Amino acid sequence: MRKFWAWAAVIFGMLYFILPLLGMTEFSLKMRRGVYSFDAYAKVLADPRFQETFAYSVGMAIATIIFGVVLIVPTAYWVRLRLPGLRPYIEFITLLPLVIPAIVIVFGYIRLYNTSSFLPLTGSATGTNILLMFGYATLALPYMYRAVDTGLRTIDVGTLTEAAQSLGAGWITILARIILPNVLVAVMSGAFLTFAIVIGEFTLAALLNRPAFGPYMQLLGANRAYEPAALAVIAFAITWGCMALIQVVSRFAPRAPAQLH
Amino acid sequence: MSEPFLSIQHVRKSFGATTVVQDFNLDVDKGEFISFLGPSGCGKTTMLRIVAGFEQPSAGRIVVGGKDMTSLKPNQRNIGMVFQAYALFPNMTVAQNIGFGLRVAGRPRAEIDARVAEMLALIKLGEFGARYPYQLSGGQQQRVALARALAPKPRLLLLDEPLSALDAKVRVSLRDEIRAIQRELGITTIFVTHDQEEAMSMSDRIVVMNAGRADQVGAPFEVYNRPATRFVAGFVGTLNVLDAVVKDPASGAVEIGGVPVALARSLGSVKAGETVSLALRPETISMTHEAARSISIPCTITAVNFLGSVIRISADTGGNSLSFDTFNNPAAPPPTPGDRTTVHFSPADLLVLQA
Repeated sequence: MRKFWAWAAVIFGMLYFILPLLGMTEFSLKMRRGVYSFDAYAKVLADPRFQETFAYSVGMAIATIIFGVVLIVPTAYWVRLRLPGLRPYIEFITLLPLVIPAIVIVFGYIRLYNTSSFLPLTGSATGTNILLMFGYATLALPYMYRAVDTGLRTIDVGTLTEAAQSLGAGWITILARIILPNVLVAVMSGAFLTFAIVIGEFTLAALLNRPAFGPYMQLLGANRAYEPAALAVIAFAITWGCMALIQVVSRFAPRAPAQLH
Repeated sequence: MSEPFLSIQHVRKSFGATTVVQDFNLDVDKGEFISFLGPSGCGKTTMLRIVAGFEQPSAGRIVVGGKDMTSLKPNQRNIGMVFQAYALFPNMTVAQNIGFGLRVAGRPRAEIDARVAEMLALIKLGEFGARYPYQLSGGQQQRVALARALAPKPRLLLLDEPLSALDAKVRVSLRDEIRAIQRELGITTIFVTHDQEEAMSMSDRIVVMNAGRADQVGAPFEVYNRPATRFVAGFVGTLNVLDAVVKDPASGAVEIGGVPVALARSLGSVKAGETVSLALRPETISMTHEAARSISIPCTITAVNFLGSVIRISADTGGNSLSFDTFNNPAAPPPTPGDRTTVHFSPADLLVLQA
């Protein structure tokens, strides 16, 4: 009987999530009257604005991931190694983007970095792109920090650091050759989540007026019928592709560190 | 007198209000194998970490080869270290682990390869170079950790309880192996352990530590047979402590449970009628009377523990309890609890304990 209810819950959950997706996918295939076709997809993919905005968002995602790794891996490592007492505070700070809406962040940015401020980042496209990247990194912070911190928890950071130091290694060598390779799977997980967030993000890009994929999806959704559904399916496929990549990458991870016998 | 290779001078270490190492002094000759022995929390690992550079002393100096190393960072000291938890890099193969220090030092590839092969042969794991740490047993991992520490030819080797995580058999074989390698390379080594058997079987000298101080520094034979303090006597080996009433301090005459005993030394400032603590190792007590064992005390057997080749017997002398060993003899079964017997020992084996 318990098995029955367990299966019932699983089936209900699957229907709850899958039915709307199926409905949307089916709708996206109905652009040609009376038959299923990929016309909506072809139209979306052929749209030069799709290519431009998608390429822009992919570039921003890569920049955000690099910035996030450079910022978060050393920070999480140092907190674990030397400032364990600060961990609750750091965790609290990294959770803030979940409770502070993106619109608050972007208005803060605009107020702080407008053309008449001490650092007029919004005065140029490059400056605004940098600002947008910082914003994306902030939004991805809870996921990236947690992923890296969980990775660091699986290794004996202190002893590995001391072992490397006793062999003559400095901080950069330790981070690049010992710590990063051992938390690479965690970093990749964080990176794929960051990628998924950046690809779909609307608020920051729209208010900073950058040609990103999120605002393009919104624009299309407001003006077309079938293409937005096709675009949503593509966006889902990208997100799920990222999730699948996390699984694939984790298979190539170095095994758990040496265990005491 | 030649200059010591390693000189630890007046080192003190405090964490906040707690002092964990107090005025620690030690001179170590080149090629010596020294053990820091003591219970948990006695400061032995902290002292080792100060030598390694992982902790800065609150006061004092560390001098290696005539050079003051106190303010140098750990990666500038050229000191090899082996950790209890192995600390092999999980993302690297055995060969890469061993060659890590040489790669960091920027040595040529050919030199690294040759040195790695040499180290693998030294630890008898020549075929294991391509394996990852998780593919090795605990003992093998610790041998790789030893090879990794030795590969860059450090001036000093520090071993922080390297055998504690291993099972008993591997521990014994690996300690012999470590000692053989240390002798072969002639590298000055400091070994931290809380296991007295390990310390005594491996070391040239033992530093017995208690509450952040070195209570005694000496060869294993000396530390075991002539403990400098009551703590050393109690910590190194098993000890029977007997209360004795002083009769004549000048001649060393005392009484143990009513039996008069003439000690081999005078009792200095102790007054007649006072009680002193005397110590006796279990192996110096026998149930068999011999001429050399001139003191005989009647007792009642309270417990008999069969340990295989040795039987440890506990007895009550009517005021003092004694523990002593006898070899297993299949032809003569050991006594049973409740039996009355007499134990014999020599006054020369009685140690007068200092506070």
